[in-house]
Amino acid sequence: MKVHAFGVAKDITGAAMIDFPMEETFVKVKDFKDLLYQKYPDLINLPSLAISVNLFYASEETVINKHDEVALIPPVSGG
Amino acid sequence: MESHIAITTDINIADAYQMLVDPKSGGICTFIGTVRDLNNSKEVNNLFFEAYEKMALLKMEVLAEEAAQKWPLNKIVIIHAIGKKEITEPVVFIGTSSVHRDAAFQSSRYLIDRLKEVVPIWKKETYQDHSTWINAHP
Repeated sequence: MKVHAFGVAKDITGAAMIDFPMEETFVKVKDFKDLLYQKYPDLINLPSLAISVNLFYASEETVINKHDEVALIPPVSGG
Repeated sequence: MESHIAITTDINIADAYQMLVDPKSGGICTFIGTVRDLNNSKEVNNLFFEAYEKMALLKMEVLAEEAAQKWPLNKIVIIHAIGKKEITEPVVFIGTSSVHRDAAFQSSRYLIDRLKEVVPIWKKETYQDHSTWINAHP
């Protein structure tokens, strides 16, 4: 699954676009985050990490299809 | 209500203002966020902004629609800059025009506050000897 990473999350993952291995077609956001934290433990130290799915903020229960557009959203700081 | 939403490398303030001019409006309120030289007593050299552009533009559109539902607005302009920005440069422009000033003041305040909370844009501060991403919200 292709995952966009921004800001400090991009620094931690090492790339603006990561190819995240997914065995199942569907995964809940909370389970995706568990897998993500295993691969990139430094993400756990962020004050927050939101996940967007198809340009909308997702909840922990949102189901991601591996073909969705997924992004890692660390705390925002625009303005 | 007409809105103009954009993410750009350089904000042209005069052009942004012209987009708010409206014969039915008796008040135009603008807020311009700029780069300042100190943060937490540390001397800032410059800022760098990065956006998740597709989602940021969508969120900014949604905020404009929310503001238009809360207040009687004729025009809304929301522009955010990306890339490297030096001290004093504008990084965000919020503008609202309305029949009366109350709606223009309140809605511009609402738009900048909400933008800072939800729009996926990130700021990296560069000081004399290092740089760091700012974690503002939440």
